[in-house]
Amino acid sequence: MSLIPEERLESLSNDEIGRYSRHLLLPEVGVEGQKRLKAARVLLVGTGGLGAPLALYLAAAGVGTLGIVDFDVVEASNLQRQIIHSTRDIGRPKTASARDRIRALNPGVRVVEYNTALTSQNALDILKDYDLVADGTDNYPTRYLVNDACVLLGIPNVYGSIFQFEGQASVFYAKQGPCYRCLYPEPPPPGLVPSCAEGGVMGVLPGIVGNIQAAEVIKLLVGGADTLVGRLLLFDAWRMKFRELKLEKDPACPLCGAHPTIHELVDYEQFCGLKPTREESPVETVTALALKARLDAGEPLQLIDIREPHERAIVKFPGAKVIPLGQMVRRQEELDPSVDAVFLCKIGKRSVFAIRALQEAGYPGRLLNLEDGVNAWARDVDTSLPQY
Amino acid sequence: MAVTLFIPAALRPFADNKAAVILPAKTAGEAVAALAAAYPDIQQHLYEPGGALRSFVNLFVGDTNIKNADGLNTPVPDGGEVTLVPAIAGGCL
Ligand SMILES: [Zn+2]
Repeated sequence: MSLIPEERLESLSNDEIGRYSRHLLLPEVGVEGQKRLKAARVLLVGTGGLGAPLALYLAAAGVGTLGIVDFDVVEASNLQRQIIHSTRDIGRPKTASARDRIRALNPGVRVVEYNTALTSQNALDILKDYDLVADGTDNYPTRYLVNDACVLLGIPNVYGSIFQFEGQASVFYAKQGPCYRCLYPEPPPPGLVPSCAEGGVMGVLPGIVGNIQAAEVIKLLVGGADTLVGRLLLFDAWRMKFRELKLEKDPACPLCGAHPTIHELVDYEQFCGLKPTREESPVETVTALALKARLDAGEPLQLIDIREPHERAIVKFPGAKVIPLGQMVRRQEELDPSVDAVFLCKIGKRSVFAIRALQEAGYPGRLLNLEDGVNAWARDVDTSLPQY
Repeated sequence: MAVTLFIPAALRPFADNKAAVILPAKTAGEAVAALAAAYPDIQQHLYEPGGALRSFVNLFVGDTNIKNADGLNTPVPDGGEVTLVPAIAGGCL
């Protein structure tokens, strides 16, 4: 069954027949299937690592309308994997850069740009014009937002996710199988799983996972294929292994189960624990410049570098004691509570979790977070160091 | 009775960076408990304070989610495979 109803199909021009001939030669696609691709409207959430191959291959395949949602601008560190953007695009909105590349590849594709973050306020309004969504986001709140909006609108959510060398892919389509919440009722607590900006990612990984998503999109649009509905594909690029796991709908799913309790979009930042609760006191911070001044004044300070060894090999922080995040609570007796302790990581996010973990464990001393991390030190204090 | 437990990249920093460990276990719950005993740092990431598995962590025996079998009591055959599948968010915008 294709997602695209018969009445939306239009004929193919001779140019289109020439362009898509390798699809037309596949009996599984054929003229009918190509017409369905032409009539299709696909929304890509994120124009980054996963969105890049998705956009390029879906445009090449002749998907008629591609919506692209992204609020970000192209940065140099994106180019290791986000192959839809080029060096000359650095500083441009990703949607503009992606639009130009899609048009150059296939001017027959209509591109709709949403240079904005997807939010609970705009999501249903944007998604309602599309047949399906491919999720290439990089954070839990947007994952749940995309899932919930797709279930509420009754459209498939073609899911892909990556971390370091590992990927996951599935199709969450509540009409036929489980949704994302059936698999993951709740997100991990903030800080447990580092983002790609902190944890790193093999550049080809999103190319592979994004293309698995693209294949699923095309199959859902053409119809008649075995999709990843009800299956979770795991991929490990370092060991070059694929594994396939069975997914079932959770009858107790609050969104797509037998007795749903979620009937509208919620506050996903709050759901994912990203808004401070009342009892949680803010973490004290120190800027790189202020830290420099305190060190220059000879103040006694303990500097704690919570980064992993391979990260410290990129940029060392002089004079810092090394305690990786995972060992912090166990090794707290190595700290002196009578002396201020300053925690540092790459961008000042994971260090907050180190501080929170120590606070929860009852550490009595004063704990400070180096704002924006070692990158801020390289930016504001020692500009001979690289930012990474 | 030895089973292989696969550890995803997100949890490896808490398990000596191991991708897989061979553990003595007859059930999924025993396999995870043996992992947590061997690597105490991973414990808080696998269990709720009450002892239940955290809801962002799925555990599969073979290709079956233990939620769709007997939960932590799901039997694992000798030489069987247990896989931890946590939520990962990345798409790297
Ligand atoms: Zn569900």
